[in-house]
Amino acid sequence: MIIAERKPIAEITRALAPYKNVLVAGCGTCVAVCWAGGEKEVGVLASQLRLARGAEGSQISIMETTVERQCEKEMVTDLKDRMAEVDAVLSLACGAGVQTMAEIFDDKPVFPAVNTTFIGRPEREGMWVEMCGACGDCYLDRTGGVCPVVRCAKGLMNGPCGGTRKGGKCEIDPDKDCAWVLIYRRLEKQNRLDLMREYCAPKNFRAVKRPGRVQAGKA
Amino acid sequence: MSMKGTIVAFCCQHSGYPAADLAGKLGLGSPEALRIIRVPCAGRVDVIHMLRAFEKGASAVAVLGCEEGACHHITGNTRAKERVEQCSMLLKEIGIDGRRVVMFRLSPNAPRKFVDVTNEIEMAAESQGRQDDNR
Repeated sequence: MIIAERKPIAEITRALAPYKNVLVAGCGTCVAVCWAGGEKEVGVLASQLRLARGAEGSQISIMETTVERQCEKEMVTDLKDRMAEVDAVLSLACGAGVQTMAEIFDDKPVFPAVNTTFIGRPEREGMWVEMCGACGDCYLDRTGGVCPVVRCAKGLMNGPCGGTRKGGKCEIDPDKDCAWVLIYRRLEKQNRLDLMREYCAPKNFRAVKRPGRVQAGKA
Repeated sequence: MSMKGTIVAFCCQHSGYPAADLAGKLGLGSPEALRIIRVPCAGRVDVIHMLRAFEKGASAVAVLGCEEGACHHITGNTRAKERVEQCSMLLKEIGIDGRRVVMFRLSPNAPRKFVDVTNEIEMAAESQGRQDDNR
């Protein structure tokens, strides 16, 4: 899923300073799971904004809402009635959600309240780690299901680099596992170690043209 | 309902609330500004509940839960502590003294501790209020 982190409150309050009627819009999908932009986070952020304005001696009227998927135009369009009452929108969705909101309601300024960081998975309660770089040229089949593009600190396609620490840790970050040690062990378990000797050509960064586009049914 | 200047105490029905009840029965007295909200467990109190109390004008918020290892719902008091810490951090972020939200652990048969704790919160809130006024 897409992982995001809430922006510093100072950045958010600065962006909203000129506005008095704001819609704080969360997203009920990825950012809700990573505790950055779901219904609960909308309530907390709205409360913080009201308290901050109160402490300054001014007021802010905040409408709170959470769209199930803010990256879908149909779901965002449902907010049309509420838009007439607000001057600006603070979106807690990922970059795709913020842009959808900004496109549908293009007469209102839409501010992001989170920084979209990566595609990842939960590692333990409250911690998410990057798993996929969305490079568009997946070769997890050759690396035992471990992605060196994002899990190797150097993004090496032919590893390991030689700097692996004792215990299979990365030389750059001793708290992280060396991706190539993980790959080796996984392939060893599958009796496919011969793949370690296969040269992997440099990454094809043209596999995904920016902006990316995928049409279902067309291979 | 305005809560201006009040101290909102979320009291667990297995510890803080019986202690408050006992303090009342014994006529030990408690701060005039105290407003007690009975909750099934301290772990039921979420960050948003504490923030809303401040929004309504509370000068301090306290969560009174069970002693360590004695939570009726096993981990409710631990969760409450973490949420109080998170709320404190959120208040600090917006320039409000994070010490305005506190967590205390006490047993149900400790009415005197309840009175001491709530008086302590009141004194701290008054002192923080004076500091804010001087800014």
